Amino acid sequence: MSWIDIGAIEDIPLRGARLVKTPVGCVALFRTGENEVFAASDRCPHKGGPLSEGIVYGRAVTCPLHNWVFDLETGRAQGADEGSIPTYPLRIEDGRLLIDGEAVGRRAAA
Amino acid sequence: MTKKLVVIGAGMASGRMLEHLFEGAPGAWDVTLFNAEPRGNYNRLMLSPVLSGEKTYAEIVTHDDDWYAAHDVTCRFGERVVEIDRARKVVTGEKGEVVYDKLVVATGSDPFMIPLPGHDLKGVIPYRDLEDTERMMRLSETPGAKAVVIGGGLLGLEAAAGMAAHGVDVTVVHLMGHLMERQLDEAAGYLLRRALVEKGITVRCAANSKEILGENGHVKALLLDDGTELPCDLLVMAVGIRPSVALAKFAGLAVGRGVHVDDRMVTSDPDVLALGECVEHDGAVFGLVAPLYDQAKVLAETLTGGDAAFRPKEVATKLKVTGCDLFSAGDFAEGEGREDIVFRDPARGVYKRLVLEGPRLIGAVMYGDTADGAWFHGLIKDREDVSEMRETLIFGPAFQGGAQADPMAAVAALPADAEICGCNGVCKGRIVEAVEGGATTIEDVRAVTKASGSCGTCTGLVEQVMALSLGDDFVMPTAKPICGCTDLTHEDVRRLIKAQELKSQPAVWQELGWSTPNGCHVCRPAVNYYLLADWPLEYQDDPQSRFVNERNHANIQKDGTYSVVPRMWGGLTNARELRAIADAADKYGVPTVKVTGGQRIDLLGVRKEDLPAMWADLNRAGLVSGHAYSKGLRTVKTCVGREHCRFGTQDSTGVGVRLEKRLWGAWTPHKVKLGVSGCPRNCAEATCKDVGIVCVDSGFAIGVGGAAGMDLKEIQPLVKVATEGEAEEWSVAFVQLYREHARYLDRPYKWIAKVGMGWVREALSNPDERAALVARFDLSQTIYQKDPWAERAEPAQARRFRPLADLTLEAAE
Repeated sequence: MSWIDIGAIEDIPLRGARLVKTPVGCVALFRTGENEVFAASDRCPHKGGPLSEGIVYGRAVTCPLHNWVFDLETGRAQGADEGSIPTYPLRIEDGRLLIDGEAVGRRAAA
Repeated sequence: MTKKLVVIGAGMASGRMLEHLFEGAPGAWDVTLFNAEPRGNYNRLMLSPVLSGEKTYAEIVTHDDDWYAAHDVTCRFGERVVEIDRARKVVTGEKGEVVYDKLVVATGSDPFMIPLPGHDLKGVIPYRDLEDTERMMRLSETPGAKAVVIGGGLLGLEAAAGMAAHGVDVTVVHLMGHLMERQLDEAAGYLLRRALVEKGITVRCAANSKEILGENGHVKALLLDDGTELPCDLLVMAVGIRPSVALAKFAGLAVGRGVHVDDRMVTSDPDVLALGECVEHDGAVFGLVAPLYDQAKVLAETLTGGDAAFRPKEVATKLKVTGCDLFSAGDFAEGEGREDIVFRDPARGVYKRLVLEGPRLIGAVMYGDTADGAWFHGLIKDREDVSEMRETLIFGPAFQGGAQADPMAAVAALPADAEICGCNGVCKGRIVEAVEGGATTIEDVRAVTKASGSCGTCTGLVEQVMALSLGDDFVMPTAKPICGCTDLTHEDVRRLIKAQELKSQPAVWQELGWSTPNGCHVCRPAVNYYLLADWPLEYQDDPQSRFVNERNHANIQKDGTYSVVPRMWGGLTNARELRAIADAADKYGVPTVKVTGGQRIDLLGVRKEDLPAMWADLNRAGLVSGHAYSKGLRTVKTCVGREHCRFGTQDSTGVGVRLEKRLWGAWTPHKVKLGVSGCPRNCAEATCKDVGIVCVDSGFAIGVGGAAGMDLKEIQPLVKVATEGEAEEWSVAFVQLYREHARYLDRPYKWIAKVGMGWVREALSNPDERAALVARFDLSQTIYQKDPWAERAEPAQARRFRPLADLTLEAAE
């Protein structure tokens, strides 16, 4: 793993999300009401809706286009919908957000 | 032969360690104890009761001079250690050297001071030792003294409560959205805040400190990011601690966040040990006392040749503020495979939440009634299988064994004097009597007994009692709740928000017994709207409880781009505005430009990161957001009216422009569209608008409840008035009535179908009521009539529209 510092937890609104562009596509960072942060694909498998624009509650997000709900920890769609989004390792250290660069397709810096 | 032990730091951990050492190996060690504070070991945890006046310093001393003498400890208090020379095994104090065989580093932690401008002013202090405590106690000698505490964590709140107990006017400034966010969830944080406010403490959450202002070198006030100035005579920073590692680092010991120690509390040098807040063990550092005492035991064992190992355990937190009873332990975040059991008793201000993972309890948060805290903490620590008692777990140890799993059986087993409705003090027997007296519906029972008439959380229980009494005659009502988070309907929630004066989302979740920690995508936007509509001054709009369009102030399209629609008042524009729109279309490569049905121009296909800059450009030409995306005022469609049209009877364009300027920016339960036609030919299609005004020779015919969406509805006549001013007054009053009463996502025609057009006419025909509605609308507009584009074009806000980071760029070589 190669941890890359991508910002501070305060950069993401509480129960909100921000986007990170990566070689594997847009990755959404979700901050829950409990101040946990999860990284997962921004793209809803249904119609490609931007999940970082959804409403975050508990440990879930609802896609803004057609209300699919995803568990942020496993990436699995909840309820009757079937599908899942890739999730990526992320750590919080002293309020900084560290994402696993290898998992998001970033080659180690020379 | 006695060996020489030098201990640096006389804190709680080292004091406990020495006790264990003298007990386990009496006379084996010749101890020298350094302490930078001019005193020996005392119970630092008890500083808060000293501050609040509940204890004296003498009562919290753990080891006095006699104890040190009895154990032949050489005390070098008030003397700092300058250097550790590991090669010579010598510690150098300010007054000379001491040789050691073994050394214990127990330097503790330093309070973290935020390097705000002005942090070095006099009167800016941490909360760490007896000096700080005394400083705070002396403050109350000044009449009218004010203090600000930065930090709403454990220490900050204890400092605040302590000073408030001495009559000091205290304000707590906390960066995060709720107090003690590391130990408490939002609901418990809300109850804590309520209790502190009742003690006269002002609490400002989500507040960012900007600068400490001074006068003659002494602190004068704290300046917040939003420009608020909080005057103070003393500013206490309690934002956290950092392991104090400078000495160890200088001595060349392995140091990360803290001094690295192994399971036996030995550092990278086998003759140097460490414990307490200065150490880092397996990546963790420590701030609470329980693990420090464990370390003390292990370190003493290691020194006496034993083989103990330190294993961090779950720790529990209790706040030492009289009257604020809270407890938290373990991990209380939600997660896959985790289940919550939530118990709320709004009348008593009690909140309990247990988090289970599989058959085990892994976390607990409690407020108001923490009597069972120790029991829950034990279950967490021992990783006990609780599946057998899951049903009644939350009621604590007293209820274990013999509880009923079937809720009806449990209700049946209740004695007649068991309280069902806590708010109104109604017992089971009273409800049974009401049923025997002829009540057959919940409304009947409510009318006779008041049971379930206040907070409503006992409704289910009342219904169960009724079902038992009525047997098959009782049909459980099927009012549709807002969502799975609550059993309450939209109407119930609106009513209770007003009746109970609930002014925040956590207040709603707590007082109305939400079953989820922070709602869902269905209830959050609704509750957010109800709160901002009912409490415009007190409630702060939560963008994270809004759908994407309202959060980003633009309409998301199916490909993830946005559409931008500037406002054109009454459909009027001019060459300058059109030029600015054309320039923006060019500059940002807008693929589609379309004229809308609401008489304005839609720029489609704009990228999110371009929005703030585009808005700034449009703002410069005087254009503001058209709210084409909001549950709020959309457009006021007009015809040219008597200024140009040969049939026009009134200035319909002018009336439309004035209405739009009055109403824009207001949030409503659903979108609101207006139309003003200059004559009954109705070119502005006013008769299918939420509010439609048709001008006639004698004045203005106002109708409401039209729509041309999923349903096609013609307006119903409301009133005919003679003047433009009256037309404006009635329209505004109608919109406010709708704002105050309709359920979220009901257009006016749906709402009118529920309450009846007669009720609407009656409510609005009273001139006093009409004036009051207008006044309430105008008050709300003082907060909400702001151009969201201008606010978000500001650099600090605009940042949020860009990705947090871009990892597609190769790192710099």
